[in-house]
Amino acid sequence: MNIAIASGKGGTGKTTVATNLAFYLQHHAKEDVALLDCDVEEPNCHLFLKSVCLETKKVILPVPSLDPDKCTGCGKCSEICQFAAIACIKGKVLTFPELCHGCGGCILACPAGALSEQEREIGTVETGTSGKIKTVYGQLRVGEAMSPPLIRAVKSHAQNGQINIIDSPPGTSCPVIQAVKGCDFVLLVTEPTPFGLNDLSLAVEMVRVLGLPFAVGINRSTIGDEKVREYCRNEKIPIILEIPEDREIASMYSRGRLVLESLPHYMEKFEKLYLQLKEVIPC
Amino acid sequence: MLKELVVISGKGGTGKTSIVAALASLLNNKVLADCDVDAADLHLVLQPQILEKKEFWSGKTASINRENCAECGKCLELCRFAAISNDYAIDNIACEGCGVCAYFCPAGAIDLKDNLCGHIFVSRTPHGPMVHARLDIAEENSGKLVSQVRTQARALAYAEKRSAVIVDGPPGTGCPVIASISGASTVLVVTEPTVSGIHDLERVLELARHFRIPAIVCINKWDINPGISASITNKCEQIEARVVGQIPYDGAVTRAQVQGISVLEYDPGSPASLELQKLGKVVESLLNQ
Repeated sequence: MNIAIASGKGGTGKTTVATNLAFYLQHHAKEDVALLDCDVEEPNCHLFLKSVCLETKKVILPVPSLDPDKCTGCGKCSEICQFAAIACIKGKVLTFPELCHGCGGCILACPAGALSEQEREIGTVETGTSGKIKTVYGQLRVGEAMSPPLIRAVKSHAQNGQINIIDSPPGTSCPVIQAVKGCDFVLLVTEPTPFGLNDLSLAVEMVRVLGLPFAVGINRSTIGDEKVREYCRNEKIPIILEIPEDREIASMYSRGRLVLESLPHYMEKFEKLYLQLKEVIPC
Repeated sequence: MLKELVVISGKGGTGKTSIVAALASLLNNKVLADCDVDAADLHLVLQPQILEKKEFWSGKTASINRENCAECGKCLELCRFAAISNDYAIDNIACEGCGVCAYFCPAGAIDLKDNLCGHIFVSRTPHGPMVHARLDIAEENSGKLVSQVRTQARALAYAEKRSAVIVDGPPGTGCPVIASISGASTVLVVTEPTVSGIHDLERVLELARHFRIPAIVCINKWDINPGISASITNKCEQIEARVVGQIPYDGAVTRAQVQGISVLEYDPGSPASLELQKLGKVVESLLNQ
């Protein structure tokens, strides 16, 4: 069972919900629990779960490498490339590995066999544990633009028969889509403010385009206004979690502590969340 | 020379947009740009009146003409993105538009079609002109859209003889952020005094150094954890990224947002507004240098 925690906007509390849900489930679910942090640009879950890293694996993207002796300068490689990652100027071939999507087209198109594949590291995937939780997170190399292949590498650790919680990056474009695609359920975390509502409505459009079942969780539910609740009512979207604004949570969060570790009275909220998730997700 | 200040943050939700909205009402003679094209929110505070709307086309998607398709399987074999199903349907979301399938289809049954991915808007606001965008749902290439918003904003600044562009940037360190800071004069990094805030700040400052762009830092809600705020300030001093603002936690910021105005307009005497005015002065002198 794959549950994605997503939100159009950053900073709404995705990581708080994902880490505390995993913490709750490790003691209360029958299945094994894995937390896959797909916010590879800024992974944070491991900071809260204090995961012990057991293995670090490089994630590589195949990019073309040129053998100048074989190159005839015909330009077929740059003709096929849709990403401007390879150029042929006056018979000389230049490659721009940062722009390469690794489709392999240039290599197939080269009639002289002058191109082969070389590996380019885009980041790492760290696997480890935190209590009974299996933790996986990706870390994109700083300065690196291509996050979706790294997100795919993190998601490849999702196993059948266990509960995989997927912490998604913010936004509604390629990285988030890569993270939520194929999940059984998406929990959209938002705040009851105009920013929260604007970005929630974009995220709702996204999960609808992808055809995924979803519900909303409202964080800092006692600030702002009623418009998010009104919106959910009108759109018939269930709200399955509300966490009030609480300076104690903010203070625990600032120190990198889990809510449930330090404020056990919130356990009930996560129990309720789990029961609701069990109801809506086909096992 | 035209200066460009980009407001970024490793982590989302640190208050970038609220700070840009405040700077918008404090600084004169500038153009505003919202480069958080995935979750553009600046328009909610600046109430822009749209003057111009342009289509944003980017990337391609493969399309199979079933009448010509011989079902030979070549495309399935060559596609590295698992975008073609066994019954020869293209998954538009998985397709990267690399064109390998089209190029090598022996029956010539595959075309690449251009994608309409969103729109760019040029608007007028009470605080000056603004360029913003809307990326359609599930569309890629937000980096390219970010570049176009910046180009448009700079062109507008030149045309109207304005001295600066203030950019509300996207979160993270990936493609859209790289597209929004490359070649900028200064980045203002907004952070919060939390364990994850420090982690993300370090990554984003490393990114700014990587692209050789001078960085200044503003700690939002600094009083949530004064200890971490102090260590952020220390750390920043070591790497010559000056902390130029410390904004206190202030409920007026959320109340202003609900009203759809900046906190400076909502309550100019509130603790956050007073600090934002100081930040505005520092930024102004930096842009006038």
